[in-house]
Amino acid sequence: MRNSSAAIRGQATAGDGAGLPADAGAGARSVVEAKGLGLTFQTGDGPVRALADVDLSIGRGEFVSFIGPSGCGKTTFLRVIADLEQPTAGSITVNGMTPQEARRRRAYGYVFQAPALYPWRTIEKNIALPLEIMGIGRAEQQERIDRVLDLVDLKGFGKKFPWQLSGGMQQRASIARALAFDADLLLMDEPFGALDEIVRDHLNEQLLKLWERTTKTICFVTHSIPEAVYLSTKIVVMSPRPGRVTDIIDSTLPKERPLDIRESPEFLKIAHRVREGLRAGHSYE
Amino acid sequence: MVAVDPVANLPTARPTLGARLVGGKTVPILTVVVALVALWYAFAVYLNAPWQLDRYAKSEREWTAAELVRDTLNQERPVLPSPHQVMAEIWKTTVDVRPTSKRSLVYHGWVTLSSTLLGFAIGTALGILLAVGIVHNRAMDKSVMPWVIASQTIPILAIAPMIIVVLNAIGLSGILPKALISTYLSFFPVVVGMVKGLRSPEAIQLDLMRTYSAGAGQVFWKLRWPSALPYLFTSMQVAVAISLVGAIVGEMPTGAVAGLGARLLAGSYYGQTVQIWAALFAAAAIAAVLVMAVGFAHGLVLKRMGMAR
Repeated sequence: MRNSSAAIRGQATAGDGAGLPADAGAGARSVVEAKGLGLTFQTGDGPVRALADVDLSIGRGEFVSFIGPSGCGKTTFLRVIADLEQPTAGSITVNGMTPQEARRRRAYGYVFQAPALYPWRTIEKNIALPLEIMGIGRAEQQERIDRVLDLVDLKGFGKKFPWQLSGGMQQRASIARALAFDADLLLMDEPFGALDEIVRDHLNEQLLKLWERTTKTICFVTHSIPEAVYLSTKIVVMSPRPGRVTDIIDSTLPKERPLDIRESPEFLKIAHRVREGLRAGHSYE
Repeated sequence: MVAVDPVANLPTARPTLGARLVGGKTVPILTVVVALVALWYAFAVYLNAPWQLDRYAKSEREWTAAELVRDTLNQERPVLPSPHQVMAEIWKTTVDVRPTSKRSLVYHGWVTLSSTLLGFAIGTALGILLAVGIVHNRAMDKSVMPWVIASQTIPILAIAPMIIVVLNAIGLSGILPKALISTYLSFFPVVVGMVKGLRSPEAIQLDLMRTYSAGAGQVFWKLRWPSALPYLFTSMQVAVAISLVGAIVGEMPTGAVAGLGARLLAGSYYGQTVQIWAALFAAAAIAAVLVMAVGFAHGLVLKRMGMAR
């Protein structure tokens, strides 16, 4: 590790001109607090219940994975946190405020399933995009770009255009973009879903290191059991129709996780419990 | 790989001229040109022969096939002038005559080109403005688009004289009425292309802007506008070509004073087919240059945006 985590944290707090959500308020300890959360989409074929009765509390600094089959509402839940969807029942707070307020204060960085890089911008300029929008000065933009490119191991690729990079590198660039404005919360929606196993392993390892160094709270949607168990401090197992939480597993794995931890009995035990939870929630009617 | 891109892979060994001619586009293009010219000559002989035979019969002259071909290709008022007659006319009216003379094709070409460019500029600006309104305003989306489409169902030949007459009545004359006919035609592809272009950002790219709490102006300038640029240039290529058509049509009801349209009209009044064809070629050449110029600008912009691979 080239940078000490203390230095990163120091920069993270000192370099924030845009006004991070303060730790003030009732929910200072928990970043996301959902109670009886429900969301029903009105579609042409009638209402579709995407989420029902979700109670969940995510503490600061946690790495939470949401796992479940497609259609279980895990992405929808992430989008509710991000204020990209509006819940129709229950309540949710992000950093102790409404998701809308949190979004206005740029409380989170969002990493989508696809890199969503703008093809006419170089990698540097893509990372600068949120910084431009938030009105951060040129000099500081460059400073932050250099820092996050280093964090995701893309030093020297700043001047390249997205199409000149591999899929894995593009996704790393999109993570760098989400990190650039130093939100404490990182929402990741199956960011490695489209990548092959080997690249995925590598990125998982890097993501863990990054999380350790930056002490961010991460919400991570996946449908890979090993990925969820390897990364998380907390695993939320969900089931479809309507999307609800069937199990919440607090990981007993140590913070330091080499890749081969995935063969340890401890790991397999948690993976087994996740699989049981998925099976219980899944009906084949 | 070498066969796919020899220049990139062998930067030092330049292929010979012959190899480049055969490998490039030159040979196919020249083949087509030669075929077209040959076909044209054949048709010129065929179409002009009846009149020529009539002449021979009247003067009770003996003729050979070679004479017939030679004479049909060099009539003064042929049904279909031969290519070399048209070329000679173009040469005569561009090089031999002062560009300021009323008999110069350069003069008439410039008259048409200037109103084409003015109309194209206004049409493009209008098209972009309408598209921005349509994309950002629901009411405009519902109300404007049908009228934009309806405007193009009216034949331009029918409405052009009306526009000229009405604008003259309110005191507008000169280049502007003609330019407005170009505008009338050219704003349409720009509206359609830009509406599509401004709506081309994917949901995920728009969501990204939302997560940053970006304002509408920021979304426009940082996402919608750059996404729309390729669409804009493609529709501008169409728009510039029909702007020229609009300018020529606009010149016809103006009393045939100046411009390629006037030249075409005068030519048909006096049966000067060679003059008509020369004007047609001048119009085609101008259209080709205009479309290529827009295409070149397109390439430059894409390159600057890093999207030309």
